[in-house]
Amino acid sequence: MKRKIEFATIVEAVKKCCIEGTKVLPQDVYLKLEEAEKNETNSLAKDFLRQCILNADIARNEAMPICQDTGFAVYFIEIGQDVEIIGGTLTEAINEGTRQGYKEGYLRKSIVTDPLFERKNTRDNTPAVIHYDLIAGDKLKITFAPKGGGSENMSGVKMLKPSDGRAGVVDFVVNTVVNASGNPCPPTIVGVGIGGTFEKCAFLAKKALLRKVGEKNPNPLYAELEEEILNKINQSQVGPQGLGGDTTALAVHIEYYPCHIASMPLAVNLNCHAARHYEVEL
Amino acid sequence: METKIIKLTTPLTADKVQSLKAGDRVAISGVIYTGRDAAHKRLVTALDENRELPCNLQDAIIYFVGPCPAKPNTPIGSAGPTTSGRMDAYSPRLIRDCQLRGMIGKGNRSQAVVDAMTQYGCVYFAATGGAGALIAKSIKKAEIIAYEDLGAEAIYRLEVEDFPAVVAIDSSGKSLYK
Repeated sequence: MKRKIEFATIVEAVKKCCIEGTKVLPQDVYLKLEEAEKNETNSLAKDFLRQCILNADIARNEAMPICQDTGFAVYFIEIGQDVEIIGGTLTEAINEGTRQGYKEGYLRKSIVTDPLFERKNTRDNTPAVIHYDLIAGDKLKITFAPKGGGSENMSGVKMLKPSDGRAGVVDFVVNTVVNASGNPCPPTIVGVGIGGTFEKCAFLAKKALLRKVGEKNPNPLYAELEEEILNKINQSQVGPQGLGGDTTALAVHIEYYPCHIASMPLAVNLNCHAARHYEVEL
Repeated sequence: METKIIKLTTPLTADKVQSLKAGDRVAISGVIYTGRDAAHKRLVTALDENRELPCNLQDAIIYFVGPCPAKPNTPIGSAGPTTSGRMDAYSPRLIRDCQLRGMIGKGNRSQAVVDAMTQYGCVYFAATGGAGALIAKSIKKAEIIAYEDLGAEAIYRLEVEDFPAVVAIDSSGKSLYK
């Protein structure tokens, strides 16, 4: 027996994700910023962190976007096999919800038609980028994770050799973050994907950004690696906005996947301190 | 300890530029113009073709920003800085040919930009990336003056009061970036 979900219900849910998800900084990120501000020893860096916290307060109280870059609309969808969508496709519903949400929420439209030649703004922030996961059951879970261009541009992928080992991973991740300097709006959350294929590790790096800030990988080996990389990044003194300080990253989240005997793909996806996400379950 | 904040008003003349040092915290008031890479490309193309620019950039400040649309009865939506590095290809030309005196953005600049800043007298301010709602509070009036077809990338004329920023690279080339 299929559970039916109406097209219009999904459009409404997606719209809500866009409008709410760009204006409210998740509590875990907020608390982490407060903790960083308390521990920061550089006075200019402390000022920047205070501004980030104050900014989140203003955004929430006045229903304004936390950041003007309301991002590429990225969605992670978990759809139960027993769900049937009535009145259109899920992809169409997500794009329609995005269109309405970005218009009614006074959000910035940041998408251009083609990357190389015309670069004409689509004016409604579509199309979205949508990742589907087909699961058991009859629920539909929508996670909206708007992604700003400044931090996205500082991402990196490297096809490491298995012999590069742990040290190779640490080096590439730390260098990617340090070389990004102030561009990705540090303090950042560093998403790392290891294993799988070229595209799988990039996907894992992005998915790692959805984890609650500072929550460790359940595998103690990876949890320890997360901590080591975070410490090395913060020793760099890149600091908030790249202008020096102890707080360059708030957390490092690693996700991993089995991989080919010949490979060790590695991807780093950075998220700015305005690390936004919003979930709805239907 | 209270940190000293230098009040700056536009136009940003050469002597004001000279007095600013890397690390100074400033509050900017007056008129500034917005521009991202798409608008910069058009400005430089206009210079190449000897056409008049839509705004006079002499002793002016360009803020690298693409704001959110304004809600009813507000001057502007969230409006934090974008990555300045994307303007590195164009900034030296505006500094040299138009006597642009100030830029506001986030992140480091290329050596070519720093060279033009020291040669012709220009300063680079960093605003807090990701603090778009906070910064919008200092913007009292906004109007699109050129390239409306670019959407968020159009050039706006902004009237600002105590816009918060830090001198990240001064006109002697001293920089807070390492």
